[in-house]
Order: sequence, then C-alpha cells, then structure tokens
Amino acid sequence: MKLDAKIPEGPLAEKWSKHKFNLKLVNPANKRKYDIIVVGTGLAGASAAASLAELGYNVKAFCFQDSPRRAHSIAAQGGINAAKNYRNDGDSVFRLFYDTIKGGDYRAREANVYRLAEVSVNIIDQCVAQGVPFAREYGGLLDNRSFGGAQVSRTFYARGQTGQQLLLGAYSALNRQINEGKVKMYTRSEMLDLVVVDGKAQGIVTRNLVNGKIETHAAHAVLLCTGGYGNVFYLSTNAMGSNVTAAWRAHKRGAFFGNPCYTQIHPTCIPVTGDHQSKLTLMSESLRNDGRVWVPKTVDLSQKLRNGEIKAKDIKEEDRDYFLERKYPSFGNLVPRDVASRNAKQVCDEGRGVGKSGLAVFLDFSDSINRLGKDTVAAKYGNLFDMYYQITDENPYEQPMRIYPAVHYTMGGLWVDYNLMTSVPGLYALGEANFSDHGANRLGASALMQGLADGYFVIPYTVGDYLATIGPAPINTNHPAFEQTKKEVEENIKTLLSLRGNKTVDEYHRDLGKIMWEYCGMSRSEEGLKKAKKLISDLREDFWKNAIVLGEGEEVNQSLEKAGRVADFIELGELMVDDALNRNESCGGHFREEYQTPEGEALRNDDDYAYVAAWEYKGKNQPEELHKEELVFENVKLTQRSYK
Amino acid sequence: MNLTLKVWRQKNSQTPGKFVTYKAEEISPDMSFLEMLDVVNEKLVKTQEDPIQFDHDCREGICGMCSLMINGEPHGPKRATTTCQLHMRSFKDGETIVIEPWRAAAFPVVKDLAVDRSAFDRIQQAGGYVSVGTGGVPDANEILIPKTIADEAFNSATCIGCGACVAACKNASAMLFVSAKVSQYAMLPQGQTERYERAKAMVNQMDDEGFGSCTNTYACEAQCPKEIKVTNIARMNREYFNAEFIKG
Repeated sequence: MKLDAKIPEGPLAEKWSKHKFNLKLVNPANKRKYDIIVVGTGLAGASAAASLAELGYNVKAFCFQDSPRRAHSIAAQGGINAAKNYRNDGDSVFRLFYDTIKGGDYRAREANVYRLAEVSVNIIDQCVAQGVPFAREYGGLLDNRSFGGAQVSRTFYARGQTGQQLLLGAYSALNRQINEGKVKMYTRSEMLDLVVVDGKAQGIVTRNLVNGKIETHAAHAVLLCTGGYGNVFYLSTNAMGSNVTAAWRAHKRGAFFGNPCYTQIHPTCIPVTGDHQSKLTLMSESLRNDGRVWVPKTVDLSQKLRNGEIKAKDIKEEDRDYFLERKYPSFGNLVPRDVASRNAKQVCDEGRGVGKSGLAVFLDFSDSINRLGKDTVAAKYGNLFDMYYQITDENPYEQPMRIYPAVHYTMGGLWVDYNLMTSVPGLYALGEANFSDHGANRLGASALMQGLADGYFVIPYTVGDYLATIGPAPINTNHPAFEQTKKEVEENIKTLLSLRGNKTVDEYHRDLGKIMWEYCGMSRSEEGLKKAKKLISDLREDFWKNAIVLGEGEEVNQSLEKAGRVADFIELGELMVDDALNRNESCGGHFREEYQTPEGEALRNDDDYAYVAAWEYKGKNQPEELHKEELVFENVKLTQRSYK
Repeated sequence: MNLTLKVWRQKNSQTPGKFVTYKAEEISPDMSFLEMLDVVNEKLVKTQEDPIQFDHDCREGICGMCSLMINGEPHGPKRATTTCQLHMRSFKDGETIVIEPWRAAAFPVVKDLAVDRSAFDRIQQAGGYVSVGTGGVPDANEILIPKTIADEAFNSATCIGCGACVAACKNASAMLFVSAKVSQYAMLPQGQTERYERAKAMVNQMDDEGFGSCTNTYACEAQCPKEIKVTNIARMNREYFNAEFIKG
C-alpha cells in the first residue's frame, strides 16, 4: 500500500482554506442519518464529539473513566499556544508554524503544522466564549507567558491548571449535546477492538467495566482520541489508566503506526524516590521562566550535597553551574524540552547530580523571589509549589526544587493523512493518539493546542468529506464481522483470565518500563536496542505463561483491565525498539548515541531519514513492514537546530 | 511503617459489604496513600486474593477520580489534599486506618471503595454550560473581564468534581459542587444570558438525584481538597431565588 498524505496543492498559507472548499459537504438534513463513534473524551475527543453533534451527526462517545471530565488532558498545567500576537512581540501564524517545525527537529509535515498554527487563534476565542477562565490582566485583557522553544509570549494559561479548565470547557460543550440527545455517553467503557467491514472501519467492541459485558457498536466513522502511550515506560507523568489498547488493537486491524520511537522526556519532573513509585509528577515547564537550572560545578561538591554534609544554599555562586544558561545563552533555561532533558542527564552522568540518588538537578527560584517578591512568585506558581511541597516534604520557597526528566508525551501515534484519517478508511485519530504535528519533539503548550485544533476545527470539516463519499445508508451490528470480532475479544479475555502464574501484571509492567527507560529512553544505541528487543520478546513469552490474572470477566475486574493493557504495551515496546533501531540518526526526542555533533547535540540525517516511519502489522510473531512517507520541506530550510 | 487497615469490601451495589482487616507492612513514609494500597493489592494478587477496588487516575490531585473516607474524613486528615497527594508521612507507625467509600444514596457503590458519581455528570448536563457552538464566536479579547472577577470565577472553577463535599456532609448534600459551577458562570459575562435557567435546571437535577439539603454546617468547605468556599452556596441560592422572580 502506498501512503498518500493527501496534502493539498498550493501555497502553504492557502492549503487549508482551499482544502476546506474542496471537501465534500453533507447536507444538514442528511447529517442526522450518520452515526459517529468517538473513543476518548479528553480535549480531542470531547471537542470532536461536541462539534460533530452540533453539526447534526449522531455521536456515541466512550471513556474508561467514571466521567468524561477525568480524561488525562485535565492534568496539563502550563498553557496553550496561539498565534494571537496580543503582546505585539513579533508573533505570527508563520512564526508559530516555524517554531513548531523547528522544535520538532524537522520531522513533521509542513502543511499540518501550518494548519495547526492557523487555527490556534480560533481555539482561544472558542474557549473564552465557553467561559474558560484564562488568566487576565487588570484591564480585563488576556494575559500571556513565554514557554520553551519560543522567543515570543504566546502561551495562554489558567493558573497551573490550563488542562483542567480547557477540558471542562470541552466537557461543558459535550454536556450540552448530551442534554440535547445528540451525544450518547458511555462511561466506564473500554474499547477493546475495531470492527472492519469490507476494509472500512464500521464499529468497535467495548467492555463495560462495571458488569463486564462485551458490547458491539456500529457507526459510519470511528474517531480514536485515546491519547498517548507514555505508560509503556511504566513510570511516566501519564495517568494510571492511560493506555495504548484502543490504538494498538486498531493497529492490528490495519492502521499504520507512525514514528513509535518518538517519545518526549520532560525535563522538569519530581525525581523518583523508590521502587514503590507508581507515577511521576510533572512540574510545569512554565517554571523555567523564573527558575534557574543548576548543579554544582564539581563532583566533590555534589557528593557533599548528596551525603547531606552541605545544603544548596551553602554552595557559593561561583561554584554553581547554570549549565543551560552557560551553553545556550540566547534561550537559556527556555531551551526545548529534549535539549533541557539531555543536558540534565549529561550533568548527572558526570556525577554532578543532586539529591540522594544523584539523579536530579536544581530548579532554583531564589533570584526570582528576590526580584519579584514571594507573593508574585506564589501567584504565578503557587499550586505547583504546594504540590511539590506535598510530594517531597521540601519547601521550594526556601530551597531549590529538585527535578529530573521523565516520560511525558508521545509524538508518535497512529499514522494519519491530512484529513486525520488513518490507513483504515473511516478510522480517524486525533490529538496525542495520532503522530502528525510535533515531529520528533513537541514544544511546550502545544499538546492542548493540537488536541483542540483536531477536535474543534479540523475533524468537523474532514469527516464530512468521507461520509459524503460512503453515503448515509444505515450501518448496524448485523454484519458477521461484528460477531467475529466480538468472539475474538472474548477469547482473548478468556486466555488472560486463565493465567494463574506467579508474577503480577504490575511486575511485568515495571520490568517492561525498566527495559524501555534503560535502552529506549533518553539515549539509545544500536547495541542497547538489540538487547532490549530480546529482553522484551522474552518478557512477552513469560507474560503469557506466568502472569496472574484474577477474577472473572462478568464483573469489575481491574486485574483483567491491567493485564490487557500491559500485554499491548509489551507488543508496542517491541515496535518502538524496531523503529528506534531503524532510525540511524538523532532527532528531537530520539537520541542515538552513535549520531551526535561534537558538542553532543542531536545529529540528523536529512538525506536518508527525512521521512515518517509508518509501520504495518503483518500478523502474530511477524516483523512489521515499514512504509515511508517522505517529508517535503518547501517553506523552511532544514538546519541544525541551534538554541545558542 | 507497619499499619493495620480496615477496608470496606463490597462485591457490587446489590451485595451487602463488610469491613475486612489487612496488614500493610514495610510502608515508606514517602509513599502516597494510593501507593500504599498498591502494595497491599500486589500482595493480595500474589496470594490469589481479589485486590481492593478503588478509583484513581491522574495521581496528581487534579482529575478528581480518587476518593476514600480515611478515618472518617474524605481524602484523609490533611487539608486541601486529595487522597492521591496524601503521603504516608501523615500517619504514625502502628496506626489502624479505616477506609470506606463515599457514603451517599446518590453515589451507589460500584465495588469496594469505588462509587458511581454519574449524578454529578447529569447535573452538569442539565445546564452547566454556556450555549455556544464551535465557531462564530468573537475575538477572545473582545470580552473584557476585570481581573478581580476573573480570579473569583476561577476560584469556583477549580472544583475537580471528586464528591468529597457530598461525603463530608451529614445530609449528603451536593450544594458545594453545584454552586461552584453555577457561580463560575454567574460571575462571568459569558454566562449571563442563561444564568437563571441554568441555576434552576441544575438545582432541580440535583434534587432529582437524591442529594440532601444544606444545613450550613460548612463541613463541605472544610473537607474540599480544592478549598471551594461556601460563599458559592450563597450565590447559588441567590441565583435560584432570582430565577423565580426575574424571568431571564
């Protein structure tokens, strides 16, 4: 199969407008004859479900949580970018586009990224109209702040909980449609498979997580808005329930997986304290606006800190290494995430890390507190400081925070064309679940932007084009493919429930996470990846022999839920390793030790790897087939990224 | 640390439940309360026993999914803290901890410590929104909102919908939750057009769900992990009464 990204012809700035005009429309009276399934109710899912229902389509929305408001978009802290140029500081749609392409280390599609920048301005308008309480200035206008990888202030924010406020906005729009009967909401429901009829996505199989009932649902189109797969690393900043199952099962039904190895390691997270740790907590990147990152200049001082002989404040100014400011004078502490993370790892590898484990660097607010006063700093970051205090029992107003990189976001995801359609006709992927807009590294405050762009302003146009093509004839679950897929799901559950070995599913998950972090994390090498491949494949075999899965299918059974998700993570892990092995270059979050500049920066190979790697599932125990979508750059010049 | 847990176990909403005693051993004070339960659960699974079901997701104190009555207090002894952000350093070695689900007729038990809070969703669906469709809205800066009002509306908007207010209330009243949403919109210019219909619809739905009445004990405010203020309840009452007199 040849990949066609369906990028419209014409100048960059006109592509989306022209494309919107060329897309087929469904007339208003016919829209109610179409059913659309939306899986996931985060920013992408809730905004898509609400917008499509407003247009008149019949929407069925699904989430595994007890309420659509709990999707993990809610945890985003820092903000959302938009090229409003309210600051008069030189921002524009083109600059946001340029920053995003460059920030992604030239591994994203120009046309998609430009569209994202273009609709970013509409998102802010939309959210404000819904009553989202963004930060404001005394004159009543919206406030902005700056974020990593940009030299303009284009980030809109709602204290340290922008994600919750934007999600509640989308949730309120969704609620309105539920109230009007246009959306039927299924909570505590997990998608376990995709139903494909004659090559087209026509429904899903779900498990009701309360009574265990396996259900089938039919529709003219299926939208996966199921988020990322960072939990493949076990420890990440994702929610405990975040998983790849819906996307992975769709992948096994024919949807190609794009750039699975592109994962983002966020530089400012609270460091790991012990083996009991179940998840990592992010400290918003916005903290780097006012916090300075440093470690002691010498290993000796670092050693003394770690032994508790001295405290951070005992280290004299001249003995501190503000390594980001030193190495990147023009961006300083605001370099993109991948660069900040790698440098933190580097100084820790040199033995200059802080904290008991030595796997942490300082994020110090004392200068800002002296300059702005404690109250101003508290007004900006109070809830983050409180959260830090609660978790670590250390007061960040009095001593510097300790931070270390952690898995945060996955740029990879299901391959989609410009219309957000996967390689299975009728199946779409939105938000973090797709691979499309962030290349090899995502800039801060761009995830919320992309989720809402896809849901509010892209899919309402593009899905109509497909629906108009297939026509409004009713689709129901009578086709034998539904029964067949349901049977396969039930058999898989039966096999899982028969596992009564001696190792818990959590133990497998932890083992997988350790392998992935060690060999497919911040730094990768051919040798390590090959080792990881063997380790994961052994782990997979062992899982299906020795895992313990308790209980029965027809009840609430968290043991079973976890087992299914971890089994999928193990398979995905293998594909991530294959993808990382295939990509013999460093770019963004994918850092191969063999490919670096003399200064230790990521060294791309544009001649051979300026493509999207889209992987096709070929059956159990078969190697996946690689398809390449060449990336064409007509508007930006590919250069070595420099933040110096 | 070593602890004794008395945990409410209940197979489903139809089956009666009971307290079961478990040992939580070798617990680190740096663990969160839920990580302590993870340790207990992993041991249970190892011995082929059904693990304790509890709701949780983000573990950052923002999704509102975690709950638990801990020694009779929603989200445990620490103020302004969700269970997932409560750490074991708040407890003493050797302590006995009683863990129950939220108790309210409108929140039926799903299993063990997990309850069904969909009543909250239905209240929001009844009117917790501004009726604005996607597209066709004014530029964001055309709606001016004074900072003081924006900040006050924000304080109401920080509610995470966990249900601690209901669990804390001897009447199982949902007034704090509902009033936070009603207040947010009543204070903002975007919410003016529908402010009275909204208050009425949401209050009526709240009553239909079987939540109790407010008798001003302020237990909800004391236990709210996001420190939502009872002044919201006063605002909601005003909105609701005005709705009777001023036909919006």
